[in-house]
Amino acid sequence: MEELKTRRPIPLSTNYAIAYAARDLDVDVVSAYPITPQTTVVEKVSEFVANGELDAAFIHVESEHSALSAAIAAALTGARAFTATASQGLALMHEMLHIASGLRAPVVMSVAMRSLSAPISIWNDQSDIFNARDAGWVIMFVHTAQEAYDTVIQAYRIAEDPSVLLPVMVAYDGYVMSHTTEPVVVEGRESVMKFAPKRQYPYRLDPDRPVTIGAIVPPEYYYEIKYQQVKAMEGALPKVDEVDREFGKAFGRSYGVMECYMCEGAEALIMANASYAATLKSLLPDAWKQGYKVGLLRLRLYRPFPLRQFVEYTSNVKSLLVVDRSISYGAPYQGPLANEIAGAKLKEDLGFNLISVVAGIGQRTMENEDFIALARLAWEGRTRKFPETVFYGVRE
Amino acid sequence: MSAQTPGGTGRRVLRIRSLYDIPRDELFISGHGLCAGCTAGTIMRMLTKVAGKDSIIVNATGCVEVSTTRYPYSNWLVPWFHSAFENAGASASGIARALEVMKRKGMMPKDKDVKVIAVAGDGGTVDIGLQSLSGMLERRDPVMYVLYDNEAYMNTGIQRSGATPYHAWTTTTPAGKVWRGEWRTKKDIAMIVEAHRIPYVATANPAYPMDMINKFAKGLEVLDEGPSFIHVLMACTTGWRFDPALGITISRLATETGVFPLYEIDHGNFRVTFPVAKRKPVSEYLKLQGRFAHLTPQEIEEIQKLVDERVAEINKMAGKEVIGPVEYPK
Repeated sequence: MEELKTRRPIPLSTNYAIAYAARDLDVDVVSAYPITPQTTVVEKVSEFVANGELDAAFIHVESEHSALSAAIAAALTGARAFTATASQGLALMHEMLHIASGLRAPVVMSVAMRSLSAPISIWNDQSDIFNARDAGWVIMFVHTAQEAYDTVIQAYRIAEDPSVLLPVMVAYDGYVMSHTTEPVVVEGRESVMKFAPKRQYPYRLDPDRPVTIGAIVPPEYYYEIKYQQVKAMEGALPKVDEVDREFGKAFGRSYGVMECYMCEGAEALIMANASYAATLKSLLPDAWKQGYKVGLLRLRLYRPFPLRQFVEYTSNVKSLLVVDRSISYGAPYQGPLANEIAGAKLKEDLGFNLISVVAGIGQRTMENEDFIALARLAWEGRTRKFPETVFYGVRE
Repeated sequence: MSAQTPGGTGRRVLRIRSLYDIPRDELFISGHGLCAGCTAGTIMRMLTKVAGKDSIIVNATGCVEVSTTRYPYSNWLVPWFHSAFENAGASASGIARALEVMKRKGMMPKDKDVKVIAVAGDGGTVDIGLQSLSGMLERRDPVMYVLYDNEAYMNTGIQRSGATPYHAWTTTTPAGKVWRGEWRTKKDIAMIVEAHRIPYVATANPAYPMDMINKFAKGLEVLDEGPSFIHVLMACTTGWRFDPALGITISRLATETGVFPLYEIDHGNFRVTFPVAKRKPVSEYLKLQGRFAHLTPQEIEEIQKLVDERVAEINKMAGKEVIGPVEYPK
């Protein structure tokens, strides 16, 4: 622990923090394609490769589809593979997202979340990730640059674990986080590799032990193979928790799978992730001063969903406001996360009033008072029903 | 057969001078589900014999993929990988570059020479996979890419592709009162590939196994310098509508009529590897195939003209007449 105290943080954007994590993880193959606001991740990785700080094959692919295709193939050959993307890039990868998880490729990908066309918008929301949520990846949201660095490191431990073997996405808000500089403690190659040593894919493409990967599977077997993914995802839940706790022991920082902030005595909760969670942390004390005893339920691990922790945190509150930054057009609740929470509420027989709020679409600015307004809405929700999704901040 | 290790490269050089030199090892084994009379099986068998056991096959979605890996069975005794339709190039790059870096970092034996071979049909190559292929070629990733070209989407039921020839019937270019089969000419993929200036490009035909095998061997030899591309014509009994016994006969006719000339471009040097002194008329090739059964004599003449033009181009590139004029039967 002595060493921890002497490590001084350096100023890094979340994008750069992720590039430093890739460097410290000694990734072998990086295949990536430029897309705003992800690009500076792979620019920084390129610098590391160019100046010899990282020995990796950098594959300058011609599309995101190829970026993920090459990363999957490299991982299944036994390399530690990394890629990064956002928005249209993630959408273009969609086919390969399902293939990555179906082939159980331990790829790690960072996603600087951004809105989707059309109309084209390079700004932030979370439409990209929520369109990718059913692709069978472990999905983790981070809310600081430090957490991004730490989580990418944790992600390889999770992905490469023989009991998991699933791809992992580490997601954060485009611009608001990707291009914002924060203090980050960078642990360096030696201690990171000690924590996350490479575990080569056990069934890799090796002429000495030939395997057939990606066979066509008839109806007699397909279901069982997909069910193995169900079990792998279920098994990933305790693994994420375990890796996070071990990370805490090694580096003095851990995050849990779900965080409840200012929940002591709170009667209402706001469920938020990434930068909104970070902003709420700084503003909730003001909300309390104004009489809104509202806590923050920060979604960190999204897939697999940490239902046990969710129940624990929400069983005694009167209302839960779920902030979605993407839209599930025409759904019962038009915020996709709120829809799921409605399912969880029913499944676990939870008594809170659910308030579905859509906000920040295309990076519509949320000022401090807007977050306070959300706290007020959550507070009101204790005694009032909101049957419809609230599209906060939209001009009708 | 002579095997030698040229200085520095460590790559096996295989020269096959007669059928007796073809390795006996069977790495693509029987029991697959390809159609009776399908020439893709012949091509894969010869390919794996030349490549040997230290190779990895990357297969695009297509006939070969679905017919040789029906879970829980596989016809491949070498590592085989498939992930999607349009990404054989990118996947092969991922594997080849992973092997390189793993060797460099001591994650696998440094002296292990593993050849990465992409195998894809015409749809997966000239249409949906063209972008990924171009990326792989342009980056000069060490991959031999083998196109087995049956001139349509046979796996999904004979729909036209960018490689379908002029006037051919397919299920999406049927011959009717308005349409007379495909009305556009075949995309010249080998020349598109050559425009990437890679070390080795060749066309091949399973009716000329020695020529084909040696082109596979050459394609593997150059991988230290960059990628290679072998465009193999693959006569399709089901989609071209011919008697399953005639696959090799029709394949041979494709070259004898000048429809599918056999050439190589070795470091930019163009050479026809099977000169044809007197060409057979294209009707000899067409008349055995049901996909051309709707053609009128005028339409056959149109195809003959297209072939004549193509042959003139080939001769121009060769700098002399290597493919002669049509000799009509007396």
